[in-house]
Amino acid sequence: MTLVAPARLGGVRRFFRMPTAIAGLSILVAFTLLALTAPLYIHPSDLDVTKATGGQLAPPGHGYPLGTDQPGRSVLLLLIWGTRTSLAIGVIATLLAMVLGSAIGLLAGHYQRWLGRGLMHVTDWFIALPSLPLAISLSAVLGQGARSITIAIAVTSWTSTARLVRAQTLAVEARPFIERVRALGAGNVQVMVRHVLPNVAPLILVSSTLTVASAILAETTLTFLGLGNPTEVSWGTMINQAYTGSAVTRGAWWYLLPPGIAIVIVVLGFTMTGRAVEHILNPRMMIR
Amino acid sequence: MSDALAAPGAAATAPRWYRSSFWPYLGAKLAGAVVSFLVMLVIGFTIFNVMPSDPVATLTRSHPTSPGQMAALRKQLGVDLPVWHRFLNFVGHTLTGNLGDSWQYHQSVASLIADRLWPTVLLIGSATIISVVLGLWLGIRSGWRHGSVFDRLSSGVSLTLWSVPTFWLGLILLVLFTVGAGPIPSGLFPAGQMSTPGYEGSWIGQVGDTVHHLILPCLTLVLVIFAQYVTIMRSSIIDELGAPYLLTARAKGLRDDDVRRKHAVPNALLPSVTVIFLQLGTILAGAITVETVYSWPGLGFLTFQALQIPDLPLLEGTFVVLSGAVIVMNLLADLLYRVLDPRVRAQ
Repeated sequence: MTLVAPARLGGVRRFFRMPTAIAGLSILVAFTLLALTAPLYIHPSDLDVTKATGGQLAPPGHGYPLGTDQPGRSVLLLLIWGTRTSLAIGVIATLLAMVLGSAIGLLAGHYQRWLGRGLMHVTDWFIALPSLPLAISLSAVLGQGARSITIAIAVTSWTSTARLVRAQTLAVEARPFIERVRALGAGNVQVMVRHVLPNVAPLILVSSTLTVASAILAETTLTFLGLGNPTEVSWGTMINQAYTGSAVTRGAWWYLLPPGIAIVIVVLGFTMTGRAVEHILNPRMMIR
Repeated sequence: MSDALAAPGAAATAPRWYRSSFWPYLGAKLAGAVVSFLVMLVIGFTIFNVMPSDPVATLTRSHPTSPGQMAALRKQLGVDLPVWHRFLNFVGHTLTGNLGDSWQYHQSVASLIADRLWPTVLLIGSATIISVVLGLWLGIRSGWRHGSVFDRLSSGVSLTLWSVPTFWLGLILLVLFTVGAGPIPSGLFPAGQMSTPGYEGSWIGQVGDTVHHLILPCLTLVLVIFAQYVTIMRSSIIDELGAPYLLTARAKGLRDDDVRRKHAVPNALLPSVTVIFLQLGTILAGAITVETVYSWPGLGFLTFQALQIPDLPLLEGTFVVLSGAVIVMNLLADLLYRVLDPRVRAQ
């Protein structure tokens, strides 16, 4: 079963005819622009706890459309700045996971003897482990901060990609053109990188869109549990500070709601885009 | 095909065949689980004992410790031994239930975990049962009439709830129902713990009190995890829709409800049942954050408390216990699948 062949030309056009795909992609473009342009209108002093000018936990009002946090910073600016951290960690962790997962999947699919079998056993062992306790343990040992959270997420989210890539590699390598390439004298590396990888790439794209969604959720969860750098602004630290501070007991909904809603929207955006691409690439889903 | 669930009866009619292939299967799965458990121990050992360059320095980071105390500690922890020796010690200790002492509580990790086990089992158990019933029901309904308004609505709601961070949903419910907002009075549900401190009463009163404390954490967990059951049940019902046996059932003149209930659902249930067991890892992740939000005194909250120090022996203990539970559940899923599906048994 090939996942690539029927897509190609009509794929992009069909993508833009799906309402969920357009909605998902617009969300992603909007948040990416927001994250990239944030330094243009947010000055570091706006985010500095010691230079905050607003009232403490003031409800939304003049000059502060979403109210303020405990030290008196604008929740709206924190929210926009938090987009940068959350998206960056989500995307970098996903990139790491994709590189690791694709490499293991390709190798396991190409070398089907002991190396492939061994790699699949390792993958199965990682699948059997609960990911959150593993991520918590890893980042606790590596120390607080964005770097250890990124590593922890990457280590716990490469497995599904590895299995997908391996299955697709097996399917591609069974096709006659691989035999032809081999007859022309291509080596293992050339077969894997020049011929199998391009055929597996669309699948990796789908997998990575869906992985970013869960990576962002994992990032906020780990930060909420206190593994993030408390001085850095992210959606997770905002919810963490709302929880550890008095925002919850004082019913400060304006501090609690925005980061959560932002997370839901971005995760939905990635999931909808990923599912739409999957829908186009997977001929089994076309029939339905 | 509709009697797929009547497996025990089939076993009674063919005892020899059943027995002869059951034991090797059980043995293979058990061996697999044991290997998984050992690998998990290797990973746990690597994280907690090899990765920190000096575990003693990590452990004493937040306490003032003299060099003499640190040397004594190194000897006590066996850090000066070679790695393979330390690993064997670690495996031996874990298998005998000796998980070391917590730095925070000055008490053995095993006893702390034993105290916190039942609240977690209660929370996860009740939430799983409710979400399985709810999720399967919704999944069957939406899969049977896929594309209908009901299907779009339930799929949309499930997808959205799946995207919601568990702890955030918990905090929102906490603000709504314990702090109070708008028409909702303050203190409708208690804000934390498992029972009201100093509550004296009959055992019925105490059970009621615990249930009262359980409602919000359980609701939060259900809202986040039921979506995956909807998705799996919906897609396996859709997979069955085109099957010829449904056409036969309809040709017999069965009502639509009967075709669904007696023919489609039993077959579609098979993949879902295993997924229920395999999803324990996800549910555990939810439980860790939900317990943190509601200070529910379970293993998840214990993990959170261990993180704040960080109390490495305690974290190591919860990692081993939680991962071990998932491995056992995976084993049960394999065995249950065999009991439920005669086709797997025949292989």
